[in-house]
Amino acid sequence: MRQRQATQDARRAREFEAFVAGAAGRLLHAATLLTAEPPDDSPRARRLLTAALAHTYACWDRLRGDDPYEHARQELATRFARGGWHAELAASLRRRGGGTGVLARLSPQERLVLVLRFYEGVAEEQTAAQLGLPRERVRALTLRGMSALLSGRRSGPPGPGAAVRMAS
Amino acid sequence: MSPPDRKEVQIRRILDGPPPAVPPRMYADAVRRGGRLLRRRRWTRRLAWVLFTLALLALVIWASLEQPWVVPPSETTPPLTGW
Repeated sequence: MRQRQATQDARRAREFEAFVAGAAGRLLHAATLLTAEPPDDSPRARRLLTAALAHTYACWDRLRGDDPYEHARQELATRFARGGWHAELAASLRRRGGGTGVLARLSPQERLVLVLRFYEGVAEEQTAAQLGLPRERVRALTLRGMSALLSGRRSGPPGPGAAVRMAS
Repeated sequence: MSPPDRKEVQIRRILDGPPPAVPPRMYADAVRRGGRLLRRRRWTRRLAWVLFTLALLALVIWASLEQPWVVPPSETTPPLTGW
């Protein structure tokens, strides 16, 4: 019994390490987009991702055929959505001092649907089901987020300049 | 391509970018927290089984001593009327 447990633990640790090595960068980028923090200073995104990865690790033996990446991403999105207004408020207070991420002008929900849809390539229906929102709402959020993002970029120089302009 | 597609491509370009450097502590932290979660879950399950077994045992002992299925001897007699 104990022997079997030990082999299982070792196998899980090995597989999980390979998974993190391959997926953590992409997931951290997604998390940083969600929290709208600058890429080099993203404590909230790191916290979210660590929690999501810990949950994935705990569920590893039950995942079997499921994609661990999908599990981690879903966990990340749910945790971000559950974060609520106080986490947002703390983040926006922190943001005042330094630079901001590309999606800082958008609302948290807009950021969430945009990242799931365009960065992660999740279909609209799946996004709606995962967030527990009606499909029309997800579509409206997507369109609003897109227009906010694009209009924000057009009125200034693209790239890092836009972020600096937003922060000022 | 229709206009929305062009917009989507633009959005994808904004969102895409080089993935940030993953802090080296992240893997260890996730394993530590995940392991704790796993142990707690395992422990809860074990506790639930122990409680269930104890409850079952108590039921069996009580039932074998008490034998609630045996009909108790009647303590009241039907009233005699019409004498």
